[in-house]
Amino acid sequence: MLFHSILFYAFSLVLLGAACGVVFSKNPIHSIMFLVLTFFQAAILWLMAEAEFLAIVLVLVYVGAVMVLFLFVVMMLEVDIEAVKKGMSRYTAPALAIAALMTFELINLIWLRSSDEEVGGNFQPLPEGYDNTKALGEVLYTEHVYAFEIAAVVLLLAIVAAITLTMRKRPNLKVQDISAQVAVQAKDRVRIVKMDAEEKS
Amino acid sequence: MGFVVGIWESLDPMLQYVILSTFKILIVTVGVILTVAFSTYFERKVIGGMQARVGPNRVGPMGLGQPFADVIKLLIKEIVVPTASNKFLFVIAPLLSLIPALATWAVMPLHPGFVIADINAGLLYVLALTSVGVYGVILAGWATNSKYALLGAMRSAAQIVAYEIAMGFALVGVLMAAGSLNLGDIIAKQEGGVSNWFLVWLFPLFIVYWVSGVAETNRAPFDVAEGESEIVAGFHVEYSGVAFALFFLAEYANMVLISGMTAIFFLGGWASPFEGWTFLNGIPVLSFLTEPGFHWLFAKICFFMYSFFWFRATFPRYRYDQIMRLGWKVFIPVTIIWIAVEAVAAWANVGPWA
Repeated sequence: MLFHSILFYAFSLVLLGAACGVVFSKNPIHSIMFLVLTFFQAAILWLMAEAEFLAIVLVLVYVGAVMVLFLFVVMMLEVDIEAVKKGMSRYTAPALAIAALMTFELINLIWLRSSDEEVGGNFQPLPEGYDNTKALGEVLYTEHVYAFEIAAVVLLLAIVAAITLTMRKRPNLKVQDISAQVAVQAKDRVRIVKMDAEEKS
Repeated sequence: MGFVVGIWESLDPMLQYVILSTFKILIVTVGVILTVAFSTYFERKVIGGMQARVGPNRVGPMGLGQPFADVIKLLIKEIVVPTASNKFLFVIAPLLSLIPALATWAVMPLHPGFVIADINAGLLYVLALTSVGVYGVILAGWATNSKYALLGAMRSAAQIVAYEIAMGFALVGVLMAAGSLNLGDIIAKQEGGVSNWFLVWLFPLFIVYWVSGVAETNRAPFDVAEGESEIVAGFHVEYSGVAFALFFLAEYANMVLISGMTAIFFLGGWASPFEGWTFLNGIPVLSFLTEPGFHWLFAKICFFMYSFFWFRATFPRYRYDQIMRLGWKVFIPVTIIWIAVEAVAAWANVGPWA
């Protein structure tokens, strides 16, 4: 158990350090890489709490997909660091207020939860052969099936909305119509006309 | 010998476990790296043969020493770090592309009963790690601080991200057929001869997975990331020496990995295709043919590696927009349709769902 605690604190330290790195690094690319590190550490902490499905999905979705797109966007934008710094003093006060409020809420929540019987301390290891993924799936597709399906529909709507918002067709744009190209027949391209030989005049 | 056994048994079981695991990891990693080294030789021989050339034949018998000659040459070359580059990310990028390629082998069942980490969510682990590999490419392109490298990285990363989705959907079909995310269970479900392999019931998914795998590793005919005739060398244009060798290693390790994954998901991994051919057991030399084991997985991996090289020698390069069209408009609909077909088959109790 001691080994477990040492690991937990080591990973938590890296997690906190990386989270600070996200905020304090000057280069946005470095911030993103720190955020990736933060996600990895969080996944490891979840693994230690025997939530392997959540941990792997965190890496798969956030590290593998969301952060890659983030990197894309940040690399394409030419971020002017000086211009960003200009607004610093103006935004400091409200930012600090929001941060303080969030910290207060988090501490409150943790304090409230830690007094619960279930969360406080007596964490039992799961039995051998317990399948996290299966357990989650069983609940998701039976008890919470409506919420699950609604979430799916909402996501689908978001995808369709995002695509319709960003897809613009420029007029007079010359693009290939590949299905038309594939479906083309010889008679569409060449017309062979039969005609009699003409006499020399 | 008894002395060694005595020492071993006196050890703490935790320590025994650590030593055993380290040993297993060493075996697998060294095996993968050796396979990678010889697959470069294999590639040059295969493509040489297809183009009516000889291929490497100078170093060692039949040129077998060629991979080692290449490695030594790359090791003693200077690593040039561009002045305006981001040094830390420039150095770490090749590692970021190699580590996921090697780490995925942790869940690969190589032989009946031999797997480093037998985890329940093995398939998810594979998906998660293959999706992490793209960081090496993007960061290499960006850290170099060169337009060519950045363009190459963008092309390559967009392609990898696009084909990952098709691969993931194909694997959804596999897990529907197997009913488990554990790679060992997936193989166990395919035991009992060729007719039980998922290749039969999931043929469209097999094609999608395999072709996406070729695109995912940036190999010909999808090698626009380093298309020699268009952009110099893609994201690793400024890399030399060992740093370049690491990218090379990562690419080939990924190829071996994709070959192994395709073998496990669709061709039954270490299962034998001749299972149940009892008359073969009577012949003493041929009895290994009916037995499951690493030799079958290795043979399947070799076949897929050969096809990688075969594609490279045969097909002209895809144009970039056609690659994207193939990934998004052909493969993803095919997988979605086949998942629906599977659902109907499972409902009607046919095939592996009976």
